[in-house]
Amino acid sequence: MENTDVYRKLTAVFRDVFDDDGIVLTPETTAGDIEGWDSMAHVGLIVAIEERLKIKFKSSEMEALHNVGHLAGIVEYKLEMQAQTA
Amino acid sequence: MQLRKFAYHPAVEGDGPFEQAEEEVLSGELTWLPKRSEWAAELPAARLLAPGEAIRHMQGLAQTAVDFIQTAKLDKAVQACRQGMTAEEQACWPRLRLALLGSSTMQHLVAGIRVGALRRGLLVDVYVGEYGQYRQEIAEAESGVRRFAPEVLCLCLDAEHCVGLARGSAETGMAQIRACWEEAQRSLGCTVVQQTILPLAPPLLGNNEFRWRASPATIVQQMNYQMREYAEACGVALVSVDAWAAKDGVDVWHDRALWNRSKQEIHPRVSPLFGDQVGRVLAAVRGQSKKCLVLDLDNTLWGGVVGDDGVDGLVLGQGSAEGEAFLAVQRYALQLAQRGVLLAVCSKNDEANAVAAFEQHPEMVLRREDILCFVANWTDKASNLRGIAKQLNVGLDSLVFLDDNPAERDLVRRELPMVAVPELPADPADYVSCLAEAGYFESLYLTEDDRVRAEQYRSNTAREALRETATDLSGYLQALKMELVWSRFDEVSLPRIVQLINKTNQFNLTTQRYTGAQVADLLDDTNIVALQLRLLDAYGDNGVIGVVIGRVVDGDALAIDSWLMSCRVLGRGIEEAALNLLAETAVQCRCTALMGVYRPTAKNGMVAQHYARLGFTQIDGQDGGESTWRLALADFVPRAVAMRVVEGRQWKTQMSIAS
Repeated sequence: MENTDVYRKLTAVFRDVFDDDGIVLTPETTAGDIEGWDSMAHVGLIVAIEERLKIKFKSSEMEALHNVGHLAGIVEYKLEMQAQTA
Repeated sequence: MQLRKFAYHPAVEGDGPFEQAEEEVLSGELTWLPKRSEWAAELPAARLLAPGEAIRHMQGLAQTAVDFIQTAKLDKAVQACRQGMTAEEQACWPRLRLALLGSSTMQHLVAGIRVGALRRGLLVDVYVGEYGQYRQEIAEAESGVRRFAPEVLCLCLDAEHCVGLARGSAETGMAQIRACWEEAQRSLGCTVVQQTILPLAPPLLGNNEFRWRASPATIVQQMNYQMREYAEACGVALVSVDAWAAKDGVDVWHDRALWNRSKQEIHPRVSPLFGDQVGRVLAAVRGQSKKCLVLDLDNTLWGGVVGDDGVDGLVLGQGSAEGEAFLAVQRYALQLAQRGVLLAVCSKNDEANAVAAFEQHPEMVLRREDILCFVANWTDKASNLRGIAKQLNVGLDSLVFLDDNPAERDLVRRELPMVAVPELPADPADYVSCLAEAGYFESLYLTEDDRVRAEQYRSNTAREALRETATDLSGYLQALKMELVWSRFDEVSLPRIVQLINKTNQFNLTTQRYTGAQVADLLDDTNIVALQLRLLDAYGDNGVIGVVIGRVVDGDALAIDSWLMSCRVLGRGIEEAALNLLAETAVQCRCTALMGVYRPTAKNGMVAQHYARLGFTQIDGQDGGESTWRLALADFVPRAVAMRVVEGRQWKTQMSIAS
């Protein structure tokens, strides 16, 4: 994994949102791998990531998330941008 | 969108002068509740307990500043817990059936509402209506909400939808909403709660938007204004999210991208706060709001320690920023007292020093006589709070304890988890807003009894003094010169009657709750005998202190559906006087017997023997469960009572002449 810090942060949010401490995320993890990750829960998940990691997704980004690797990439980019401006 | 507000604390040893506080305060959060670092470990631990015990721990976890993710987790655990609870365990908790209907997505609000109610000791079952189908659900006879039979209906209409309803006129929009309320009250017979409209419509003129009556922003503003007037006329309770959004910032409450994506008008991040608002209104409907504010003194009502600094050394009043902050705390406490909240003091002090500050400091807003129960000693505060509750004759769960000292707060939270203890901020300037935001004393309306409550309690103290000097009970009762004024239910007294019916927990035989609409229906029902009792005595007017509702069944018995009285007039023979009235009225209705039911709850053990004491015979029911009682009227002899009993109409006429 390229950035374990992002995966550590995301894993914590996933475990809280889906109430399952056994969740382990890989870049290939998709909605089908996690119980309860349906379209409704996806909205909640994105909001939870935004709130906990203090980032904001654009509408277009929310539409086009394919797997955890893709999500982690966007999150990592946003966290880096934030670190630069802080 | 600027959410972060950092609190700066004065320098502590070794730190820089403006060390950033570790905990940030965000708007839209449950700021009055403490954060608990062990929260994440405590929930799994609570889940392992037996359901009946686990849910009490979960109630404790709800008393912390949870975010929406924690709220959802906690709610899931609570629902699992409720599945496993026995019928007896369920019966220990007040419950309420809530239907949530609206024009947009609401599922994400449910956890916050259930947790907000649990925080106040109320278990809520929620029905969420079909997306956008609120009008059909209310109107159609076979709809989901009709089958659910809610006790409370909460209607949440989004701003876009409301502007659509209005079609250019706020009056048109409100007429439609009002029609929904009336239909719900009529067909569901439930209490209606309405969320006010979030001011989300963008301005078209700008600062002088109001000049264009038909602009969407003006429509929303006008509808929110009219909603208040209609709510008053229709007996509807509001959840004023517009006021909260004005305080926190609309962008904290609403996110346009999220609205476009999932039609969630209220952002999940504020769902715990929204849920708490609904929870406090539900608690108020059930009469479970707090009643008494218990104040610490040193560094809570004034700056400094009166025992060390002396009365002259206290920081209070104009001329110092801190002194003004404490002045504001006292002023707010006094305003609360003026609308019916009882005030008490619980302070670690020598009593003489504490009283001296009240009597001698020229800037004191609160007077000694504003404090109904004044406890200043060196006993631990948990014991003192027990004493205060006992003396004021209120439950411990009616107390709010205000103390600047974190150690005292923790002790009370641990020893008395039912006492509400706000997590006061570091600066006394923020004490008032903390207490106000917590909404402990939420009231749906202000009755005349609320305004004179403190006076009634003070009279009680005088009565107690008389009881101590009187040589025997009958001598005491004679000296009280009591007058019991009874009348049938009437329009004027409805608010107080509804309040009593829904908030009386201890002296309440059946704990049968009624909404305002249901009580209004009783007025015209000829099979109903509905009496209200008002008590006056040498020390003043106690207000309406008792309600009895009976129904003529099978043509020859008066079945007592509700019998409830205020605890503060116990032991004065009111029960016997009420029985005489009931018997007399029953005979007038050609009844030959009175029938009574005792339905046990966690709180009404004091009346388990009520009917036995009054000479009824038990005809059904077992120990610990519901029991049915009967009293034949053929040979009824009115009980002796030490009071004059008069009918209300007469009394009212006298009053109007006197005034």
